Amino acid sequence: MNKENWWQRLKNRLPERGEKKRLPQRYRKLQRYIVLLMLLVTLIPLTVMAVTNAMQYQKNIQAERITPMRAIASKAAHSFEIFLEERLSAIHFIASSYSFEILSGEATLHRIFRILREEYGGYVDLGLINAKGKQISYTGPYDLLNKDYSNQQWFNEARVRGVFISDVFMGYRDLPHIALAVQNLNDQGESWILRATMDTKKFDNLISTMGLDPVKDVFLVNSQGTLQTDSKLYGKVLHQCPLEIPETEPGTYVRETTDPEGREIVMIYSRLIKHDFTLVMILPKTSVFKAWHSLKQEMSYMFVISVVLIVLVIFSSTRLLVKRIREADEKREIAFRELEYTQKLSSIGRLAAGVAHEINNPLSIINEKAGLLKDLVDHDMHHDKEKLMRSVSQVLHSVSRCRDITHRLLGFARRIGVEYELLDANEVLTETLGFLEKEAHHRNLDIRYRLSEEIPKIYSDRGQLQQVFLNILTNAFAAVDDGGRVTLSSWQKDAQTVGVSIQDNGHGMDEETKRQIFEPFFSTKKGYGTGLGLSITYGIIKKLGGEIKVDSKVGEGTTFSIFLPQNPPGETEDE
Amino acid sequence: MSDPTAILLVDDEEEFVSTLAERLEIRGFESKAAYSGDQALSLIENNDYDVVVLDVKMPGMDGLEVMDQIKARRPEMPVILLTGHGSTKEGMEGMQKGAFDYLMKPLDIDELISKVQEALGGRPESG
Repeated sequence: MNKENWWQRLKNRLPERGEKKRLPQRYRKLQRYIVLLMLLVTLIPLTVMAVTNAMQYQKNIQAERITPMRAIASKAAHSFEIFLEERLSAIHFIASSYSFEILSGEATLHRIFRILREEYGGYVDLGLINAKGKQISYTGPYDLLNKDYSNQQWFNEARVRGVFISDVFMGYRDLPHIALAVQNLNDQGESWILRATMDTKKFDNLISTMGLDPVKDVFLVNSQGTLQTDSKLYGKVLHQCPLEIPETEPGTYVRETTDPEGREIVMIYSRLIKHDFTLVMILPKTSVFKAWHSLKQEMSYMFVISVVLIVLVIFSSTRLLVKRIREADEKREIAFRELEYTQKLSSIGRLAAGVAHEINNPLSIINEKAGLLKDLVDHDMHHDKEKLMRSVSQVLHSVSRCRDITHRLLGFARRIGVEYELLDANEVLTETLGFLEKEAHHRNLDIRYRLSEEIPKIYSDRGQLQQVFLNILTNAFAAVDDGGRVTLSSWQKDAQTVGVSIQDNGHGMDEETKRQIFEPFFSTKKGYGTGLGLSITYGIIKKLGGEIKVDSKVGEGTTFSIFLPQNPPGETEDE
Repeated sequence: MSDPTAILLVDDEEEFVSTLAERLEIRGFESKAAYSGDQALSLIENNDYDVVVLDVKMPGMDGLEVMDQIKARRPEMPVILLTGHGSTKEGMEGMQKGAFDYLMKPLDIDELISKVQEALGGRPESG
């Protein structure tokens, strides 16, 4: 499976440019994320607030506009009720005050009728009807004396219920009228009925005293939906009202609906308690919600403007923010590289001293061997060919020792950028230890190897790994006294990870130190440490996609464990 | 003819020290190579040397320690130290502790011989 990955990685081998190209994608993603988040946290509350406010306003405005109308309607219905009761009670009063016999007298009836008209107005006629339904006395404009009402419905109703108020009908001079009838009993226990007719001018007066503006319509209907007064919108009196008025208990109700002509209306209706009439008030919705509509429009404008502003601000500030982050990242990257470079130089300086020392030994041998050869020739002792050859081969051997040392140093110094190749972590570790072998030897350090031969090769950067190992080994060497022990281990942590640890039995660290060792400029080597070694080490390991862990106890020693991925990072991250 | 000057050479780098011994032999010195501080001390215990040439950097007991021990046994014994380049600090330290002088590796054999002669008080040497 790895073979394919290697190919891909080889193709991506021009790392710097490829990485730089990929970078903006990451920032775009960040920008998108921030913008989205900020839009959500600003627009959602704004929208929720706007909608709830709108709803609340709508409710309030509606209540503010409709409540008074409702009260007026209710009051008007009550006025109608009182008016009808009053008229009815006048008739009742007459029927109770005078006996049947007295009222039968035409002159008396006429006189009563005249007083009635003077006192109340609006009465058209007055008649007395006996138990058989015959009008036995009448005063009014028609010739209705002796008219038989026994078959008429109102007569029966009045007899059953005691009183009767008719629906509106066209009466005298083609004016709308209603009839009122009251039943009474004579001394013999026979019932008789006093009936009066009156025009409904008073209805119109009652409606006009409500003082409504011309866009509103108020009318009275009976239970069959017949108009009992003129309606501005739905026709003249006695026409069928096209609106459906729900059958309800007495009381005042509000209903929003659309009339048959498609007008949006608010209908306020109030049923009279004692009589079969309903007062209806029609408010065109437009008039009710005019204020609301203009407010809604203003609110919508405000909302849209706010949203546009928010979006603009979010976009521009996020862009600025991300730009700043990116700049900061780049600066940090540069600073880190510079630090890394500094650290590398300091490592090289440190190594150079060691190398100079190490190279001295083979040089001394070469010096002596060459001197010996010269001596042999000078003293004419050069015939022992075997001896000469031994010296020469020693010289050559020492030269190759020098070469190894210089190569190692050059190999370390050369690479600064990351270059991935297939590596054996054990080999890199042992090779790096080579730099410090002489020190280990002279200080009698006990170097133990617990390297697993089974670990897979990893795809990583040799120079960077060397630097990591060198930093940790140097620390381990510094931590132990002469004769101390340093153990190098390696193992396979899991299918994708190789573990390497460097353990010393030196003086260890306390918790406080342990917490800070990866911080830049933290150093316990007072005076001569840069305080960068482990922070750089940490940075390198992160860059290589690995992990570093430290365990330490004062007086017992320290273990640095490094976990390196088998494949370099960047293959699966990002998109 | 006086006895040849006996020099004890101490260094952990065997090839170096044995070759140096051989070259001194050619020049008429009696020289013995020791490969560690312990070996040197036991040789001194049983033999008589005029000068000890001692490498400072050695595993186990280092040069300065060995010198201390030699001085404890033979306070008059001149000791010439060998140091690597850039380690003059150790040479100076050694001189404070009683070394006759120090020389830097790689070594110039003529310089060594003249230092040995100086150490022996300009005594005419054999050879």
